[in-house]
Amino acid sequence: MSIVDTIQAGDDAQQGLKPRSELTARELMREVGSVLRMSEAEAAQLGGVPVDPAEDQTMIINMGPQHPSTHGVLRLMLELRGEEVLRCKPVIGYLHTGMEKTGENLTYMQGGTNVTRMDYVSPLNNELVFSMATEKLLGIDGDIPERAVWMRMLLSELNRMSSHLLFLATNGMDIGAVSMMIYGWREREEVLRFFQKVTGLRMNHNFIRPGGVAADLPAGWRDDVLQLLDLITPRLEEYDTLMTGQPIWRERLQGVGVITAQEAIALGATGPILRSTGTAWDLRRDMPYLHYPELEFDVIVGSYGDAFDRYAIRLNEVRESMKIVRQILDRMPTGDYRIQDKKVTPPPRARIDESMEALIHHFKIFTEGFKVPEGEVYVAIESPRGEIGCYIASDGSATPYRLHVRAPSFVNIQCMPHMLRGGFIADAVAVISSVDPVLGEVDR
Amino acid sequence: MSDASAIAPDEAVPASEPPSMHGSPLTESCGQTVLHPTREQYVGVVRALLDEGYEMCVDLTATDYLLMPERAMPEGVAGARFEIVVNLLSLSARQRIRLRVQVPADDASIDSLFDLHPGTEAMEREVFDMFGIAFTNHPDLTRILMPEDWEGYPLRKDYETGTIPVQFSTDFAART
Repeated sequence: MSIVDTIQAGDDAQQGLKPRSELTARELMREVGSVLRMSEAEAAQLGGVPVDPAEDQTMIINMGPQHPSTHGVLRLMLELRGEEVLRCKPVIGYLHTGMEKTGENLTYMQGGTNVTRMDYVSPLNNELVFSMATEKLLGIDGDIPERAVWMRMLLSELNRMSSHLLFLATNGMDIGAVSMMIYGWREREEVLRFFQKVTGLRMNHNFIRPGGVAADLPAGWRDDVLQLLDLITPRLEEYDTLMTGQPIWRERLQGVGVITAQEAIALGATGPILRSTGTAWDLRRDMPYLHYPELEFDVIVGSYGDAFDRYAIRLNEVRESMKIVRQILDRMPTGDYRIQDKKVTPPPRARIDESMEALIHHFKIFTEGFKVPEGEVYVAIESPRGEIGCYIASDGSATPYRLHVRAPSFVNIQCMPHMLRGGFIADAVAVISSVDPVLGEVDR
Repeated sequence: MSDASAIAPDEAVPASEPPSMHGSPLTESCGQTVLHPTREQYVGVVRALLDEGYEMCVDLTATDYLLMPERAMPEGVAGARFEIVVNLLSLSARQRIRLRVQVPADDASIDSLFDLHPGTEAMEREVFDMFGIAFTNHPDLTRILMPEDWEGYPLRKDYETGTIPVQFSTDFAART
């Protein structure tokens, strides 16, 4: 019997968490030991194996999928001994809609509408990585007009701000600073208002498209951005007063959900989780894309890898993003906002009225799409949650043969068992919140 | 966009021989380094790369090449139906490398990377769930996104996608 048959026979295997008394010591040690990259003997010294499995009294409870602090439909199964969390397993898939399969049936022009709905808190980053992957396959990644590149940076940095402001809001709510929830949503709404002015929509923009962006910036955009920055700067100071220095806040977060750099790297965690461990890794600086190397900004790192560091990193990343946005304002060039490559760019509206060919071309590009040469490519950028990657395999047709999005939340969520291990159940909410998962991209 | 930095092959190979690394053919795709180990070499190559500093496995996914049997492959590699795609990242060298491993349809299984990169646990479950590729020595190989009793593997190319019945059909012949 091959392994495939064995597995398929046990296809209905439970996804849930089994009590540790039903597992062997080796299985238990493997859970922990492999993450720490240590031998089974070393892992056994960390404890966690029941002395007498038959007498072991633990309780498994479900947290979610309808728990409000799980940010959507995340279900955590926790094995408890009293108030102590012994083990934990995230159970996901409640929001799975087969977006990767859908992506195989949409043309590259339509693909943006699909990927933008994955991480719905930072849609512009999803569109950006999808567009960059498509452009790389087309071989036009170096020919994107300057204004389009700077607009992409402007929008993705503003999106990072709105995403982190939402984190501050939900983090505050989860921990009990309910007023913070109102403030965070309020400030985020200001950023979304700007997005609405530029793209027409508050979320799910489909604005960054292969070849550039959908439209030019509207008149008066510069004043809007400046007004936004002037508004948010003092508000961040208020957050500092409200939370950062506040003893209750610090007590609630410091030393909670600790993860080491070694564990984070082994688990593939990226973004604020990796940076909270002291590893200065930011794709904008370390593997630059767009025009980030020309800008002055700092990579914020923590030192303890706890929930407080992750909070502080995100708060300060809003400040860094504002610094970047101010530099972008000074350097925004004029010119085209999309590539003048007839293959990927539809003709302008005015041309359709006067030219039959333009009309046909416009019709064909929106019905059939444009063909992308055969090949495969992986492009990654820094989203607010970590490395978001897009893997496209093309068969030379107008739709991707395979579209895969490496979702940072999907990977980051796997850190939770290690952050929660040995902590209290009351801290679980703080830990879930500090990972900042977006279930839309976890389940895709 | 500049993750194209080419990694030097093991040692200076004569120009006549195709470039290779750890005994596997090395190619380039859109300026990105791609390595093609066999199923047997797979774990060994990942271990060797881990020792070389590729300490993070950022992504593990698969592709079903059922409809593309005649795709371009480097010399010495025969394309199989399934392909495991692994993206490794070196934080210190700031380099990426991608592994493409061919997995035949009649024995859709491959070794798990769990003991080297525990972060692949969920990704391998996703590939198992979506493609039905079994990972040997995986600690918890169950469906992750689909329900436990789901039949079939949705991202396979021969998996039927559903259609929504509509009242007004454009199939004029059927109307009579």
